[in-house]
Amino acid sequence: MNPLDSILGTIVSGVILTVVLTLVIGAIAPTV
Amino acid sequence: MEFLPLDRWIHFMAGITWIGLLYYFNFVQVPAMGAALADKDGPGPAAIGKYIAPRALLWFRWSALVTWLSGAAYLGGDIGKAFTLGMTEGGTLYHTTIGMGAWLGTIMLFNVWGLIWPNQKKILGMVTATPEEIGRAKRVALLASRTNTLLSIPLLMFMGGAAHGLPF
Repeated sequence: MNPLDSILGTIVSGVILTVVLTLVIGAIAPTV
Repeated sequence: MEFLPLDRWIHFMAGITWIGLLYYFNFVQVPAMGAALADKDGPGPAAIGKYIAPRALLWFRWSALVTWLSGAAYLGGDIGKAFTLGMTEGGTLYHTTIGMGAWLGTIMLFNVWGLIWPNQKKILGMVTATPEEIGRAKRVALLASRTNTLLSIPLLMFMGGAAHGLPF
């Protein structure tokens, strides 16, 4: 089943994506 | 009058209108349509499709465009550094963070105008479509709408976090 078929699955996926993207930012961000 | 604060204000108002209606569709209208279809003794979902959905979609798609345009205007000369996530000359953590939000917002704008709106026109009968095409349109529109709900979660964190700090 696609997680996007449920509202809970959508929100959980969004939170996971947020954490992943934050880690990506930490890896690529210029040192300031 | 200062351009940037005015533009930011417009960006916030349009963005709230857009994402508010996005959440309305996902958390209220779609489940309500399902409940109305399942309720055999009830009034059915026809009025939602005829009177509510077209108006909600009108405000939804145009506020999406205004949000993107006012956001692009806000970035101004920094738009290149933002969309390259701060990895080009002169890029800072601000550009990386706001750029991540800008990319998510751009994908979401494409989903609105390229996937949700053309398919909703078929679903609501604004353009002619076969029952098979309408069935397919419902699936694509739902998945695009749910994808935007998903993407709005990191988007709001990065948009707010760029100027005010990330939570983690």
